[in-house]
Amino acid sequence: MAIVYRRSKGLTDVETHYCPGCTHGIIHRLVAETLEELGVLGKTIGVAPVGCSVFAYDYFNCDMQEAAHGRAPAVATGIKRVLPDKVVFTYQGDGDLAAIGTGEITHAAMRGENITTIFVNNAIYGMTGGQMAPTTLVGQRATTAPLGRDKSHAGSPIRIAEMLATLDGAAYIERVTVTSPANVMKAKRAIKKAFELQLEGRGFTMIEVLSTCPTNWGLTPVKALEWLNENMIPVFPLGVYKDITKKEA
Amino acid sequence: MATGNVTFRQDWCKGCGLCVAVCPKKIIFLDESITNRKGYHPATVKDMDQCIGCANCARMCPDSIITVERV
Repeated sequence: MAIVYRRSKGLTDVETHYCPGCTHGIIHRLVAETLEELGVLGKTIGVAPVGCSVFAYDYFNCDMQEAAHGRAPAVATGIKRVLPDKVVFTYQGDGDLAAIGTGEITHAAMRGENITTIFVNNAIYGMTGGQMAPTTLVGQRATTAPLGRDKSHAGSPIRIAEMLATLDGAAYIERVTVTSPANVMKAKRAIKKAFELQLEGRGFTMIEVLSTCPTNWGLTPVKALEWLNENMIPVFPLGVYKDITKKEA
Repeated sequence: MATGNVTFRQDWCKGCGLCVAVCPKKIIFLDESITNRKGYHPATVKDMDQCIGCANCARMCPDSIITVERV
């Protein structure tokens, strides 16, 4: 028999601290597999965020830099401009990217920085204990919204993929999820395309991945995937929001 | 005759059950007779002869502990 699936060489031999069933692990693996397949592990520099994935620098088998909360795109900008031959990516959650770091990500996309951002959106603050995030759904309960997010008071969730797609500097923006093996394969193709476009020097690329938080949603890992499919996808539709290669076709 | 074979790094398994849910042959289960050093019942296969090596389990495993072989 031949091995058809094994742990990617893009991951270190370190156990993650993520809760059981947290889809961060799947998304880590997809990024790792992409870097391995593109043969760029030796020249990649990742930037880790603050949030649940703060220890991502221990898990990716490439050079990593930790950034202050929300500032990963600014740090990645500096790294890429000084070392333009390197592959540079940021890995950020919604509390990091869509809240404290909204300014940094927006301006990195506006400038068309030639970096790739993996944006993990699970509609809640995970690490700090399940508080309401800018991406929390209307009616979704959080520790700071015990009766559910009230639109009249806290507004509606921010849609980052749609927002950044309006910027000319964005080369490729897609929203995917990892709720089934088929969706995992689609997410992998999206992540790979983003890194390929970076290698071609085409500009800013971001893949938003809808993710689960079984612990703070109060669901089992399997039920959390179902909840995501039923509740998050209608608010955050999957699909390609920007693709500069389409105009040329 | 099995066309596939899966192995689990059981001491790393967190017993989340995502592999159990996506196995088309329903041959993966959480082995309650074992408690690993993390305190979880790890995933295992009871009837490997049925495995088709589709790798659905490995694609969904958040901890990358599943290796899949196919004929």
